[in-house]
Amino acid sequence: MLDWLISLWSDPNTRWILLGCTLLGLGSGVIGSFTFLRRESLLGDTLAHAALPGVCIAFMLGEVKSVSLFLIGALLAGIAAVLCVSAISRWTRIKPDAAMGIVLTFFFGIGTVMLTHIQHSGSGSQSGLDKYLFGQAAAMVTGDVYTLMGVSVLLILAAMLLFKEFKLISFDPGFARGIGLPVGLLEHTMLILTTVAVAAGIQAVGVVLVAALLITPAAAARYWTDRLPAMLAFAGLFGAISGASGAAISTLGEGIPTGPVTVLAATLLFAVSLLFAPGRGLAAKALRHRALKADYARTANTGALEAAEGGSRK
Amino acid sequence: MMDFWIILTAVLVASACSILGCFLILRRMALVGDAISHAVLPGIAIAFLMSGTRDSMWMLLGATAFGLLTVFLIQTLQTSGLQSDASIGIVFTALFAVGVLLISLNAQHIDLDLDCVLFGEIAYVPWDTWTLGGADMGPRAVWMLGITLTVILLLMGLFYKQFKICAFDPAMAAACGIPVLLFHYLLMGMVSMTAVSSFESVGAILVVGMLIIPAATAYLLTNRLGVMIGLSVAAGIVSAISGYLISYLLDASIAGCIVSVAGILFILALLLSPSHGLIAKFARRREAQAA
Repeated sequence: MLDWLISLWSDPNTRWILLGCTLLGLGSGVIGSFTFLRRESLLGDTLAHAALPGVCIAFMLGEVKSVSLFLIGALLAGIAAVLCVSAISRWTRIKPDAAMGIVLTFFFGIGTVMLTHIQHSGSGSQSGLDKYLFGQAAAMVTGDVYTLMGVSVLLILAAMLLFKEFKLISFDPGFARGIGLPVGLLEHTMLILTTVAVAAGIQAVGVVLVAALLITPAAAARYWTDRLPAMLAFAGLFGAISGASGAAISTLGEGIPTGPVTVLAATLLFAVSLLFAPGRGLAAKALRHRALKADYARTANTGALEAAEGGSRK
Repeated sequence: MMDFWIILTAVLVASACSILGCFLILRRMALVGDAISHAVLPGIAIAFLMSGTRDSMWMLLGATAFGLLTVFLIQTLQTSGLQSDASIGIVFTALFAVGVLLISLNAQHIDLDLDCVLFGEIAYVPWDTWTLGGADMGPRAVWMLGITLTVILLLMGLFYKQFKICAFDPAMAAACGIPVLLFHYLLMGMVSMTAVSSFESVGAILVVGMLIIPAATAYLLTNRLGVMIGLSVAAGIVSAISGYLISYLLDASIAGCIVSVAGILFILALLLSPSHGLIAKFARRREAQAA
């Protein structure tokens, strides 16, 4: 165990990847808290699937595998997808959830067509593209890790700088508009930050599971606190732990993919929070419920006694 | 003959999914369909590991159970106070992660390709045949999908009225004495069964496409449930057949092409539908303004 931890730290490549995944988890946890509070958690899933055609187009144009190029492709495709979702749910009678499902699968279908087209045309270095589906952090080179770390730091900085504004539009957009904040602009900024988080996360966690990086740490954090700064800190911490354990455990064996391990670590943290968090956790709730019941039974009994005594005195 | 089996499989997937999709859309549960189709993966993997074969019945039962487990977990989280979008997201990513991990850890025992999980490989359907007593009975996928479609048609035929009331007004259904919860799980069970039997041929994500897109297309064209189901199945079948032809021309993924065609049909309905289409809507608005 100790040997393994030391070997993780002594190999410079692994060390960078570990650091990159930790920071990524931190950044996505923080941004995810806002999307969670705005009840837009599944937007992350849509953005991730919609990124596939963007990544493929970026590959076809650039003919190289480069994380920054893929990021731009994923970002543009994600923005297009979000515009489609809001257009469909605003202009027709189709509900937002169905609109998300339609856009998600349509974009992913087009992405699949492009991906298989690239693979069948056999342009050499395409093999890395399918790593995008399930994520393999070990496949990253140092330049990719730098990009990933830069993006995560950007996310955290943006969340800190715009903290007050994001807080307002998450809890009470009507009030935010009333005091003259540019709500539309802020919402778009948050959306772009979410898209950036998703696009960066795809490299480590993969298209299908990257949504969990946004949702699960934030939902777990919600059980521990009622205050937004503390929630952001908890979500960032949970995300960082999940990212780090995903990257660390996947070095154990050749066939262990990073994405699923990261997601399962986050789910474990969520389950612990759901059950044992003080105050909002299920165990605490059950204890309170029992205490309340016992308390009520006692007062009801004494009350009945007093009533009986009062009755006999008369 | 190869082409015939592939097209038949695609048509069966499209019909089963488009019927169920109508009810998902009406009940606003489109994304629960998404969640189920991902979450059946660990069921498929476990059934593989336990039975050691690709025996369809094991897989169908095991994975359908996981589909129902997904629905149950999502509802439990919701009743414990978590918002619905987050509970869907947490449950399906967790179960899908378990499935991917099981498959990649037992890669030498499981005859399942991870890429296949997402896209499916409908082109291999004709080779994977089912033999009964030495006789070749045709592709296994066609049998599984055929059974699924029969079950769906049977249940829908018997309980059409009940499903209809539950879809539009669950409160009234409960007041009429219809066991709403039972029909809910029955619908979800059918969705899981469809997801499992379509899994290998079209993959997780494209099942969702066939569940949602044709039904949404039909939803834009009519206000009657019976007509909606008919249109939805028609849209599904048209996309299955023309998607196959296009994939042949482009040399690309068959399932991807089918969903892309379904998406294009949706866009056409979105623009051109006489009742709910955008063009008709703007024309009406201009008329109203002129008047």
